[in-house]
Amino acid sequence: MKTVRIDAKGMHYTPLNQKIRAAVADGAEEIILDNVLGQRFIGDGLRGNVRIIINGVPGGDLGMFMSGPTCIVNGNAEHAPGNTMDSGMLIIHGSAGDAVAHSMRGGKVFVKNNIGYRGGIHMKQYEEEVRPVLVVGGTAHSFLGEYMAGGIVLVLGIGKEKAMTDIGIGSGIHGGEIIIRGEVDDYLLGLGARKFKFTESDLERIAPIIKTFCEQFGYDPTEFLDTNYTRIGPASSRPFASKYVWE
Amino acid sequence: MTLGSVPPKFKVSIDHDQCMDCGRCIENCSYGVYRREGDKILIESRKCTACLRCVSMCPRDAINITEKPIDYRSHPVWTREAREDIINQARSGKIILSGMGNARDLPIIYDNLLLDACQVTTPSIDPLREPMELRTYLGKKPSKLKFKKTESGDVELDTQLAPNLKLNTPIMIGHMSFGAISLNSQLSMAKAVKEIGTYMGAGEGGLHKNLYPYQDNMIVQVASGRFGVNIDYLERGAAIEVKIGQGAKPGIGGHLPGEKVNEEVSKTRMIPLGSDAISPAPHHDIYSIEDLVQLIRSLKEATEWKKPVFVKIAAVHSVARSAAGIARSSADAVVIDGFRGGTGAAPKVFRDHVGIPIETAIASVDQELRKQGVRNEISIIASGGIRSSADLAKSIALGADAVYIGTAALISLGCRVCGNCYRNLCPWGIATQRPDLVSRLDPEAGAVQVSNLIHGWTLELGELMGGAGINSIESLRGNRDRLRGYMLDEGMLNILDVLPAGA
Amino acid sequence: MCGIIGFIDRAKSRMDGSGIKAALSLMNERGSGEGAGYAAYGIYPEYADYYALHVFFDNMGEAKKKVDEILQLWGEIVHQEEIPNTPQPGLKKVHIPWRYFFKPSQNLIAGRMASENDVVMHIVMEVNEKINGATIFSSGKNMGVFKASGWPEDVANFYRIEDYKGYIWLAHHRYPTNSPEWWGGAHPFNLLNWSVVHNGEITSYGTNKRYVEGYGYKCTALTDTEVIAYLFDILGRQHGLSHEMIVRALVPPFWDDIDRMPEKEAMLNKAIRLTYGPALMNGPFSIVVGTDDGIVVFTDRIKLRPLVVGENGSKLYVSSEEAAIRTMDPEVKSIYTPRAGEPIIGRFI
Repeated sequence: MKTVRIDAKGMHYTPLNQKIRAAVADGAEEIILDNVLGQRFIGDGLRGNVRIIINGVPGGDLGMFMSGPTCIVNGNAEHAPGNTMDSGMLIIHGSAGDAVAHSMRGGKVFVKNNIGYRGGIHMKQYEEEVRPVLVVGGTAHSFLGEYMAGGIVLVLGIGKEKAMTDIGIGSGIHGGEIIIRGEVDDYLLGLGARKFKFTESDLERIAPIIKTFCEQFGYDPTEFLDTNYTRIGPASSRPFASKYVWE
Repeated sequence: MTLGSVPPKFKVSIDHDQCMDCGRCIENCSYGVYRREGDKILIESRKCTACLRCVSMCPRDAINITEKPIDYRSHPVWTREAREDIINQARSGKIILSGMGNARDLPIIYDNLLLDACQVTTPSIDPLREPMELRTYLGKKPSKLKFKKTESGDVELDTQLAPNLKLNTPIMIGHMSFGAISLNSQLSMAKAVKEIGTYMGAGEGGLHKNLYPYQDNMIVQVASGRFGVNIDYLERGAAIEVKIGQGAKPGIGGHLPGEKVNEEVSKTRMIPLGSDAISPAPHHDIYSIEDLVQLIRSLKEATEWKKPVFVKIAAVHSVARSAAGIARSSADAVVIDGFRGGTGAAPKVFRDHVGIPIETAIASVDQELRKQGVRNEISIIASGGIRSSADLAKSIALGADAVYIGTAALISLGCRVCGNCYRNLCPWGIATQRPDLVSRLDPEAGAVQVSNLIHGWTLELGELMGGAGINSIESLRGNRDRLRGYMLDEGMLNILDVLPAGA
Repeated sequence: MCGIIGFIDRAKSRMDGSGIKAALSLMNERGSGEGAGYAAYGIYPEYADYYALHVFFDNMGEAKKKVDEILQLWGEIVHQEEIPNTPQPGLKKVHIPWRYFFKPSQNLIAGRMASENDVVMHIVMEVNEKINGATIFSSGKNMGVFKASGWPEDVANFYRIEDYKGYIWLAHHRYPTNSPEWWGGAHPFNLLNWSVVHNGEITSYGTNKRYVEGYGYKCTALTDTEVIAYLFDILGRQHGLSHEMIVRALVPPFWDDIDRMPEKEAMLNKAIRLTYGPALMNGPFSIVVGTDDGIVVFTDRIKLRPLVVGENGSKLYVSSEEAAIRTMDPEVKSIYTPRAGEPIIGRFI
């Protein structure tokens, strides 16, 4: 495997991305970035099947518009990793900030610990087979999956008494599903969101996702393969249609 | 229901002496006004929108349409509109949606601005004989240049220019998305801008593959819904525009109703068939100016700093401050959309009451950017209710680099401004996705009409500039000394920084 | 419609003002007797290190006191006096022309302004905008502008112009059209060592004015020409452009010409047009600018105003009419008309 190592210490994101692009163009299969600290836009708009290992804390919009690559972050991530991502994978061995997976259309974002506000906001799906997936090992703050138009958000609540304790889950959701480990209090649901029973067939559907997630972080998947989940989806595919009347 | 019906808006009649009973009116009316019963054509006036499709297709001029055949008792306060909105909301309890732009009868500042011409002290320039330069570059410009001497003693440029869009005329077509309008409308305009050497906006709806041949003349849009946005889309555009707001509905988002999301629209927007496409009010990754900067830079970084990035905002009270913030970001141009900007659908209360006129917005943005010493480093694109070459010339004299036209381009395709864009029934094949209606608009013919319009305005702009003794568009830009206000109050003259007529 | 003259002796040999007076008077037909003026460089060798500030005072009371105060705030006045003048029957003396020899002092400007020139520019803008009854109309070193409302001969005689000896001369006879007749509206217009005479009208004035205002210049002379002096100050002094590049920016080649240029040259010219678009000057004009190191002469891009150039050894003459040149120097060797937009630059050797 062709590996390229880049010391990102003190480097601005533009030359860093230029080096990454050059390495990809040169056939690199794995790129290791050392001493990353706050560089935004790593992998922004990047195509290909490369694996990027990020040692440190990358700045905002990690993997934005990304199409294909896998980024593994050995550290936390900041604002909006996976923003408008098309395909590929972000594996974050830590926590992430607000607006994680914002408008993501495809690919996977796995966060070992927690995420901030508005996670999975406006995630959307186009073709049945390419659905975006956001999995959070810990918990998420308010407005999770707000305006969601497709895809899956899964919150496992590992180490928490309750997976979700913040309000506004799925406000304005009109597609896709939010799956949360255990029970979810009714008052946490946003306008337009509705709880559904989590069935065996649902489990069958998400089992591969759980397994992949556990593989990344060394969890035993069997612990999570039951039906102790709450599924939240849209009450209507046209949540706001009843607000309006024509002139 | 105790309210009953409101009076019909239009009365349609056929002059039977003229009518040859060809039935074109029945075929053409997508609203179902006409139907045949036996040997008679029956009319249901209440369904008429005055789109005038039937009138324009009637070979005998046999159709007559009158507005407000029955009116309410006249009253200066309780207008027909006020009464009917109340009746509508008493029935529904909902927000009233409407189409097209601001429909209130407010004075139009453009009409009270007058252009200058030369007489004895300077000669007019004759665009027929003398050079007339309308070429406009949009994008970031350096505040000053540096030169260096080479070893051979030649002078060389030592300043790197940022990418700019080159326009042969300062007229572009604004963002009207596929979904809101038909593919044939977009194709017509795309062919026209390519032919003229200018640009059009793709709208927030992705880029249909049939438009790829015209992508070098298209500006792709990134709005809060991020519909159709991926790296391919960003790379296809000649420039990228971040839409923050829209003049027709500042401060709120937009919904493309599920019924307009057919297979092609779904593919292009990359959303499921038949589901609402909801653009939220804010971008959820922008809650502050530094977040906007982050989005701009993420777009530039994704496209390797090869594309200009524009930011579009609605003209609201604080437009100058917003524009100044944008000017200090990495944005290449700021688009300001005045309160007369069009739309497929907007809550009527926003369409008619929120925002400010584009004329005042251009003046105050230009002024603020000058005050901050950054005016020439960023381009200003004005839009929202520009109806003629005169509005165009006045916009540039007030300080705009270029304009976007929207409704004017649609009118050149046949639109009669009936304002029913949201119904998916546009009989001109413009604001509809219904295949039988869309096929009424031939992109080849449409392209000729749109390019004729832009060409005509361009000629007129050249004549106006020549008359004012100016042979290069740079010298009209921000040249408010060549404007005079007619019947404008002092406060307005101060904002526009123009003298009253006669001064 | 105006008559203009420019002269430089590139060997710095000085010429007195009698020839230029005669030459300008010869072009009386081009003006209306409502304004005339002269600028001469090299006239104050004894005060060469000092800024010669020429001021029109309406009175010697309040206005004078305020100007004195501003100057003392920034530096030292080493000498001041009324500019010598002789009353003329055809010229109404509405102002008292005064001159200061002034030097900003380093310890007063430190930390407040970047350079002496910035201080003087600031003083000029401040006085002209804010002090009623005072107008600084000349602010260079070892040079001065002499102007008034009247016929060229009367103005020359009023200031005793033949008593001055300069190696650069500019002269102008005005036919005011776009602005009121007043002494400050006569040419040459000056800021620091930039002096401008101009025949024609600038149709891009509103755009140019807003551009220079963005750099802190205040257009107070009520006429379009002053903006040219400020454009030269921005592009030349502040941005460090050569005289050739300044002219390229003010009257750039047409896009069609740029499109035909080799790539590098085309890029340079494109950069100039993009960067300095708001400085582009439109309308009919021929212009002579006096500078530190010579004169810069140019016309509008389609040469709507006349301009003739004559040379005789180290002497370079320009004027609206050939006859004016021959009046100054009957021995003039070559006479030609420059191409539109192309600068004629006379530099000291």
